[in-house]
Amino acid sequence: MADTVSHTLSEDKAPEGPKFVFNWVGRIGLAVIVFWAIVAIAGPFLAPHPPGEIVDWDYFGPVTSEFWMGTDYLGRDIFSRIIMGARYTVGIALAAVTLACTIGVLLGMIAAVAGGWFDMILSRLLDAFNGIPSLLFGLVVVAAVGSSIPILIMTLTAIYMPGSYRFARALAVNINTMDFVTVARARGEATPYLILREIFPNILGPVLADLGLRFVFIVLVLSGLSFLGLGVQPPNADWGALVRENIEGLSLGAPAVVFPSIAIASLTISVNMFIDNLPTLIRDRSE
Amino acid sequence: MSQTNHDTPLVSVRDLKIGAVTDAKRKVEIIKGVDFDIAPGEILALIGESGSGKTTIALSLMGHTRPGCSINGGRIRVGNNNVTAMTTRQRAAMRGTEVSYVPQSAAAAFNPSQRIMDQVIEISTIHNLMPKAEARAKAVELFRALALPNPDTIGDRYPHQVSGGQLQRLSAAMALIGDPRLVIFDEPTTALDVTTQIEVLRAFKSAMAAGGCAGVYVSHDLAVVAQIADRIVVLRGGEVQEVGTSEQILNAPQNAYTKELLAAFEPAGRTPQPVQASDRKKPILEVTNLHAGYGPIRNGAPVAKILKDVNFQLEPGRNLGVIGESGSGKSTLARAIAGILPPYRGSVLVDGRELKPDLASRSKEDLRRTQIVFQLADTALNPGHSIANIIGRPLTFYKGLRGKARDARVIELLDMVHLPANMRHRLPSELSGGQKQRVNLARALAAEPELILCDEITSALDTVVAAAILELLKELQSELGLSYMFISHDLSTVEAICDDVLVMHKGVVVEALPASKMSECATHPYSRLLISSIPKLDTGWLASLEQDPDLIAQFSDR
Repeated sequence: MADTVSHTLSEDKAPEGPKFVFNWVGRIGLAVIVFWAIVAIAGPFLAPHPPGEIVDWDYFGPVTSEFWMGTDYLGRDIFSRIIMGARYTVGIALAAVTLACTIGVLLGMIAAVAGGWFDMILSRLLDAFNGIPSLLFGLVVVAAVGSSIPILIMTLTAIYMPGSYRFARALAVNINTMDFVTVARARGEATPYLILREIFPNILGPVLADLGLRFVFIVLVLSGLSFLGLGVQPPNADWGALVRENIEGLSLGAPAVVFPSIAIASLTISVNMFIDNLPTLIRDRSE
Repeated sequence: MSQTNHDTPLVSVRDLKIGAVTDAKRKVEIIKGVDFDIAPGEILALIGESGSGKTTIALSLMGHTRPGCSINGGRIRVGNNNVTAMTTRQRAAMRGTEVSYVPQSAAAAFNPSQRIMDQVIEISTIHNLMPKAEARAKAVELFRALALPNPDTIGDRYPHQVSGGQLQRLSAAMALIGDPRLVIFDEPTTALDVTTQIEVLRAFKSAMAAGGCAGVYVSHDLAVVAQIADRIVVLRGGEVQEVGTSEQILNAPQNAYTKELLAAFEPAGRTPQPVQASDRKKPILEVTNLHAGYGPIRNGAPVAKILKDVNFQLEPGRNLGVIGESGSGKSTLARAIAGILPPYRGSVLVDGRELKPDLASRSKEDLRRTQIVFQLADTALNPGHSIANIIGRPLTFYKGLRGKARDARVIELLDMVHLPANMRHRLPSELSGGQKQRVNLARALAAEPELILCDEITSALDTVVAAAILELLKELQSELGLSYMFISHDLSTVEAICDDVLVMHKGVVVEALPASKMSECATHPYSRLLISSIPKLDTGWLASLEQDPDLIAQFSDR
C-alpha cells in the first residue's frame, strides 16, 4: 500500500511539540500589550504628577518639556493621567472580557451539547437580556449598588456575556453534529469531555477573534460609563473618559485629546494584531 | 490513436503544465506535461484517483484554473482558439459557446431562487446568441432530447422541485444550449443513485450523439466511463499513464497502474462462512421488529418514521451487508443499532444481551462491544487531536490504560492497520484519505469490539485504496474474530466482504440474499432492479441493458 509505507523511513520520534512561533505582526501586538501591562502595574512609580493635581494654570496646554503630552481642561498633566488610567482601562477591560468570554463560551457549548429545554430556556433568557441597552443597565446597577471596580467588571461582563454565548453556541452547534463528536458520544463520553476535548479546540480560533473584538467594545462602553459618572471615579479616569472630558480641546488644537486616543488605538489594535496572528496551531486547526 | 479519419483533432493539448502555490508559499507541480487530442464528436474520458489532476486538466480546457493554480507551460488548442494565449475577455467569450461545463453537483450549480428556464438559457443571454423566445424553444428541445418529463413546463419550476437525476440532466441542457463544440462533464453521475445514473448516462449519450459535439468525461469510475467514452486517458499524479480506446483499456491494458485499477474494480470475493449448525452459537446481533425515526414524538412514534419493522440475525464471524439507494435507511439502521438514534420500537440484542434504546442508559461494556465507523474519515477524526490521542482515548476510556501501556497499545493498533508507529504524532490533516480511514478503524479496534458497524467506509476512497481497506477488514476478521455489518451502495464491495446481504428500500428490508449469489437469488422486483443497475466493466452494457420502465417508475423517484 502506497499510503502506508511512505513514512516508515522517518525516525520514530515525537516532534518537539507544536512550535508557538509568532510572525512579526503578532510580535508587535504582543510587545504593545506587554508594554501597557507594565505601565498599568508600575503606574504610580512612573507618573511624574498625581493624576488629580492641577499642575498648570493654563488649561489645554501644549506639549512642553515639563508636560510631555500637554495638560487637560483643568490643567492636569495628561501624561500622568494616561499612565494612571492604564490600570483601569487595561485591567477592567481585560478582566471583563476574560470573564464574559469564559462564561459565555462555556454556557454556549453546554447549551449546544445538551440541547432541548436547557438550550431553549438559556437562549431565550440571554436574548431577552441582550435587549436591555448596555448603558441603561450599567446605570441601574451602579444606582443600586454603587460604583466600584469589581462592580464595573461584573457589569461589563454581564453586558457582553450574552453575545459571546450566542457566538460560541452557533459554532458549537455546528461542531456538535460532526462525526467525531458522534463517535465520542457513541463511545459513552460524558458532556464535560465532549465540551472540553472534542468541541472547544475546534471553536477556539473564532472565539479568540471574537474576544479581540469584544475587548474593543468593552473599552468603549467603559469610557461611556465613565462619562456618565458611573465608571472610574474622579480624580482617576480611564482613557475613554480622558478623551470625552477633553473633547472640546479638539477645536483649540490641544494635544490633550490626541494622546489618550492614541493610547486606546494602540491597545485595541495591538490586541487584535496579536490575536489575528496567533500561531496557526492555535488559531485554525482545520488547515 | 484513432484519429486517422479526422485530419485535425478538435482539441489538442501539448506538454500541459499546471502548478499551484500552497499557503506556505511552496510551489507544487500538479500537471506534469500532459499531451492528448480529441477528435470532433469524440468523447474522451479522463480517469484517475483523487489528486491525479483529472479535473484540473478538464478545467484548463476552458482556460480556467482553480484559485492558487496557474497554467505554467504547454499549449491548449480548442477548435481555432489557442486557449493558453487568450486574454481573460477572449476566454470569457469562448466559454459556453465553444466549451461548456457540466459540474459534479447540479444541486450546487443551480441558483435555488431562480426558475430553471432562466438559468438554462443564461448562456444564450450572456453571449447574445438568440432572442429569448428562440432560446426557450431550444431549451425545450434539449429537455426533450434529454428525456426529461414534461419538457414544456419543467423549465418553470425551481431547482428544488425536480429530482437530483433531473437536475443533472438540466445542467447538461444548460451546457448544450450554446451549441458548444466541446462539453466537459466533471463526474456528473458520481453523486447519483445507480438506478438514476443509468437514465442520466443514457440521456447524455444520446444528446451528445445528436448534437455531434465532442466531450471530456471526468470520472473515477471505469465502469461508467466504459459506457460513454470512445477513448480513455488514465492519469496518475498529473501524468498520463495510458491512452487507448475504451475496449483496449478494459480488455488489454498495457500499463501496470491501469491493471491495478481494473483489478481493484472487482475485489476478490469472499468464501462464505457456513452457519455453524452443530455448535450453533447465539447470534452476535439480533434485531427484531426495529422501528426508528426522526422528529418530535407523537403518540409514541416520531413524526418522520424511517425504519419499519426490520428483522435480521448475524451469526458470529459472519458479515452482513446492507445495500440500498440514498434515503433507504441504511445509515439510520446502523445509527439505531449503535444507539445514536434511539429506536422507538423493537429490540437489539448483541450476543444475547438486549441493548437499551438510547446511549445514556447503555452500560460502558455494551457500548464497547459495538463500534461504529463512519464514511468520511475527515469528519470522523477530531482535527485538533493527534492520532495517538484519537486511538488512545478508547483505551483510557474503556480499559483505563495510561502512559507507556497506552502508547504501546496505540503502536500495536497502528501496526494492525498497517500504519507506521511514528504516525501517532501527527494530526489527521497530515494524513491521506486512506490513512485516515485506517486510523478510524484502529480507533474502533481499540475498544476490542465484537461487532463493527461500517457505514459506507470505502465510498469516499479511491478504488485502489478502497480495495486495500477491504483486504485489511478481511485480515482483521480472521485475526480477531470480528463480525461486520457493512453498509454500502456499492454491490461489488458488499460482495467482496459479506456473507449475507439485506436489500433496503424506503426503510424496509425487502429481501435477504446470500452475497455470492445475489443476482441469481433475487426475487423481489426492487432488488432485481438495483442489482441490474450496477454498471459493468463492459462497453456494451448500457446499450444492451433492458429494464422494465414500470418497475423503474415504481421504485425510483425521478
